[in-house]
Amino acid sequence: MGLDFSVVPSYFSVLLMGAGWTIAITACAGIISFFGGIIFAIIALYGHWTLRLPVRAFAWLFMGTPLLLQLFLIYFGLIQVGIDLPAFVAGVIGLGLHFAVYNSELIQASILAVDKGQYEGARTLGLSRGQTLRRIVIPQAVRAVIPPMGNNMIALLKDSALVSVIGVMELTLAAQQAISRTYRPFEFYLAVAFCYYIINLALEAGLRHLERRIAASR
Amino acid sequence: MTEYAFVTIKNAAKSYGALEVLKDINLTVQRGQIVAIIGPSGSGKSTLLRAINELDPLTSGEVWLEDVQINRKLPFRQYEAHVNQVRQDIGMVFQHFNLFPHLTVRGNITLAPRMLKGLTEAEADTLAEEQLAKVGLSEKIDEYPSRLSGGQKQRVAIARALAMKPKVMLFDEATSALDPELVEEVNLVMKQLAEEHMTMIIVTHEMDFAASVCDRVLFMDQGVVVEEGPPSVIFQNPKHERTQNFLRKHLNR
Repeated sequence: MGLDFSVVPSYFSVLLMGAGWTIAITACAGIISFFGGIIFAIIALYGHWTLRLPVRAFAWLFMGTPLLLQLFLIYFGLIQVGIDLPAFVAGVIGLGLHFAVYNSELIQASILAVDKGQYEGARTLGLSRGQTLRRIVIPQAVRAVIPPMGNNMIALLKDSALVSVIGVMELTLAAQQAISRTYRPFEFYLAVAFCYYIINLALEAGLRHLERRIAASR
Repeated sequence: MTEYAFVTIKNAAKSYGALEVLKDINLTVQRGQIVAIIGPSGSGKSTLLRAINELDPLTSGEVWLEDVQINRKLPFRQYEAHVNQVRQDIGMVFQHFNLFPHLTVRGNITLAPRMLKGLTEAEADTLAEEQLAKVGLSEKIDEYPSRLSGGQKQRVAIARALAMKPKVMLFDEATSALDPELVEEVNLVMKQLAEEHMTMIIVTHEMDFAASVCDRVLFMDQGVVVEEGPPSVIFQNPKHERTQNFLRKHLNR
């Protein structure tokens, strides 16, 4: 039995819908991971220990265990304690928090990487701690953090395939449904791989555009 | 010149645990005076300079700028407000320039005057142009620091400090990180400030510069001022053996 891609177009709308959900999950989880990352990083660097320790523990938990398990815990586990989240919401929270922890590490590293001389230069002029952070340190850290954080966003897009296992009808699960009706796994998985690739290209182009704009301002 | 002290350091001491880096140092600098601090590395000269604007606070002792005690013991918030205020009057130039790489030359110079002195954009621009003209870099106003040579960076750093209209300027080995051929352009700017009677305290390894520009030279070693006096005395007729040894190494390069 050779490859026959002619079955793929008839499932075009299913796959398109799946791609839409994949983009939606990635976008929502991406936003959570971005702002969550900033909040975690600020707490980790400047927070009181009563906040810092739980955040630290939380970060270890999310970095030290499989994302798949985290999604199971949030979707299936939380039902037992009365929190019944829709699959989409559970998926977005899981992915968002997971990558927020990684983004937080990147943000912390980029803030700590700003040279001590920059603080001294600013403080010597009379700027306060807060002013120095806002006007001198953070702008430099942001420039440094955007390329690696962009890589995290690309990883997030690919890992969004995992939420298929809790029943979110995204690209991977859409492909599985088409396969269960047509028995054509190779064709559909290839088609879906191609879709991920195209979305990734668009995401990368966007990130490069952002990097260029920031590079131009220095 | 004037009768009262401009910068006064009384019984300054600093230690990191058991390590004493400054031991009972007294120094008065008059308005318009130019004082060089020389000495081997690890002698505490940079630490003393950095104590003047509270970058490295003293363990004990007092630092005064005119009638204001700089290192007042205050509750945290008041202390922060106090140092942020007094630092505006103390310009500092670092060995490694510490220009802000994400801002243009203009941005570097205008940031603090705009934020702290409430200058409008137009006023701050005029100020930046004036200060840059002074250090001979008017044409670089819209460049980023990464496009400048080391000597140009240091001149911008001086212009940035001067834009706050400081009462005193501190130079922490301002030419030590520069290629030899770039040292002179920075020295020229400092000489020009000297002619304008800016009060300056200069930590330096440039003995010729110290001899030609400064009114007084302090030789420090192991956290104490071993000897001080006019450059003619310190360089030609040093009394202490430690000074003599140090100068022998540094003058016969």
